[in-house]
Amino acid sequence: MLKTEKLTKSFGGNIAVNAVDFQINQGEITAIIGPNGAGKTTFFNLISGLHRPTSGKIFLEGEDVTNKPSYEIAKMGIARTFQTTKLFAEATVMDNLIIGHRLRTKSGFWSAVIRSKRYRKEESECREKALQVLEFVGASELANRPVASISQEEQKRVAIALALATDPKLVLLDEPAAGINADETSGLAELIKKMKQAGLTICIIEHKMQMIMNLADRIMVLNQGTKIAEGTPAEISRNETVIEAYLGGTPHAQAH
Amino acid sequence: MRSFPASKWVVPALLLVALAIPLLTDNSYYLNMLIMIFIWTIAVSGMNMIAGYAGQLSLAHAGFFGMGAYTLGLLMAKAQMSFLVSLVMAVALTGIVGAVVGMISLRLKGHYFAIFSLCMGVIISLVIEKWESLTEGVRGLLGIPIPKIGSFEFSTVTSQYYLILFFLVLAMFVNRQIVQSLVGRTFISIRNSEELAEALGINVMQSKILAFVHSTVLAGLAGALYAGYLRFLGPEVASIEHAFEMLLYLLVGGISTLWGPLVGTALVMAMMQLLQSWQDYRMIIFGPILVLIVMFLPHGIMGALARLKMKRQSVLPETIDNENRVIEKGTTDRRLAGGEIDA
Ligand SMILES: Nc1ncnc2c1ncn2[C@@H]1O[C@H](COP(=O)(O)OP(=O)(O)OP(=O)(O)O)[C@@H](O)[C@H]1O
Ligand SMILES: [Mg+2]
Repeated sequence: MLKTEKLTKSFGGNIAVNAVDFQINQGEITAIIGPNGAGKTTFFNLISGLHRPTSGKIFLEGEDVTNKPSYEIAKMGIARTFQTTKLFAEATVMDNLIIGHRLRTKSGFWSAVIRSKRYRKEESECREKALQVLEFVGASELANRPVASISQEEQKRVAIALALATDPKLVLLDEPAAGINADETSGLAELIKKMKQAGLTICIIEHKMQMIMNLADRIMVLNQGTKIAEGTPAEISRNETVIEAYLGGTPHAQAH
Repeated sequence: MRSFPASKWVVPALLLVALAIPLLTDNSYYLNMLIMIFIWTIAVSGMNMIAGYAGQLSLAHAGFFGMGAYTLGLLMAKAQMSFLVSLVMAVALTGIVGAVVGMISLRLKGHYFAIFSLCMGVIISLVIEKWESLTEGVRGLLGIPIPKIGSFEFSTVTSQYYLILFFLVLAMFVNRQIVQSLVGRTFISIRNSEELAEALGINVMQSKILAFVHSTVLAGLAGALYAGYLRFLGPEVASIEHAFEMLLYLLVGGISTLWGPLVGTALVMAMMQLLQSWQDYRMIIFGPILVLIVMFLPHGIMGALARLKMKRQSVLPETIDNENRVIEKGTTDRRLAGGEIDA
């Protein structure tokens, strides 16, 4: 579904992502793991169009999307969450979600001023979509709560709901389980499975190894911007290089 | 949610009062004062669109006000064009220039955009002041004819009052429709996070340009009405002090609230008038008042009211609020726990 060829990004002299060949298969959960600063988030920033790659190519369903801006990538069906949720804390959950479906609407300035028929239809579509995705992530009761007043885990769910409101094919999740407890983490894993069952393709960055080993169909391991391994969870947990570079020495892995 | 039945009547009541005022008094001092408040409210409401809702602080708006004023003034005084045609041209010109300036400058983020817009405002005011063969420079532009629509002459203060009130109501209506729509939500999402908005498929640059053009058009409209009312222009209409005054009105009234521009402009302009006899000392009184407002009402008057209302609504079911506290406390604990695992 998505393929990168020799994808590279350098910031000044610092190569954050180094010639990564990678593939995300339709309908699978693909995980990206690696130590802090390995370039995982940067990799997401590249495929979601937020950053332009220094070199290399990105293909979405065969089409070259390498230099497309972020908003066009989103329209083509790639949605993402951010490592730190960027929700609007002062607004309600519902107000945050309504804008998620804006990209599928066409109404401009004047149709909004006169509240044309099409405008009213599109606005109610956005509201319906918001309610629908909120129900999907199991947070319907939060609709009218200000984001600032809901828990970290609830915010993570709302951020996922917001990504789903764009009607994506591929969802990129950047550390959705960071900062939440074990119970909540397994709840979130259930949600991600449910997304897969609903036909979505998922790519997830996560440090919580146990969760990843259970969820992922395939794993890519990044270290200092370079792909050092790729395979099924079973293959990765046996891989010598990975154990040495990552699983062996860091506290993330040991905690689980 | 609790509704406030009273608030439904506020707008029609205000409008009725505004319509009735000229019937109750023909004291042109007060009417003049109100006209000036209406005009500046239109301009400030434009600034609110780009600075408040879309989150891009623009200080070019005194410049666009001056551009609208001089366009109408010059077209009427020197090209003998009719009032309405000149008004449309003034609005169109500020919109077009706004689009061009926006395309160049809205790529800049935060302070850089504010500084660029400040420079833009200064450039516009310098052009007005120095292009003497066109604008008469510091001598001022005289001889703007009385605005006429059809055969009706807006020669009295009362008729001007109604003309300008009409445009104020129109501007506030359009702003309301936009703010409470998907378009306004798009602006707000950009203010919240450009990265998130872009990831949600919003063409951020295009939306920012739209908000900016809308805002410059309102500033230009206000300027044009000003020129048609005073029928005399000096280059100081575009001066940078006006941009800061507009920002002051906006902050006092409440940035990114619908009524903030009107409340702030009316309050500050009325206060300035009251203190006028104090001459140079008025700033000594006004300064501390301003500091107090910013300290105690950081979101302005309307912002403070909105927050009060929101608080009252969310406190109403007592249990929910208690629950919140438990959850919030829970989160901090969890965050600590999560931090240990993930550090
Ligand atoms: N916008 C940027 N400008 C400059 N350097 C950057 C930028 N974004 C990331 N980097 C650098 O690129 C490298 C990879 O960062 P990245 O955020 O992708 O790591 P990560 O794998 O997501 O780490 P973590 O697990 O801590 O989230 C780091 O050295 C970081 O400092
Ligand atoms: Mg990261």
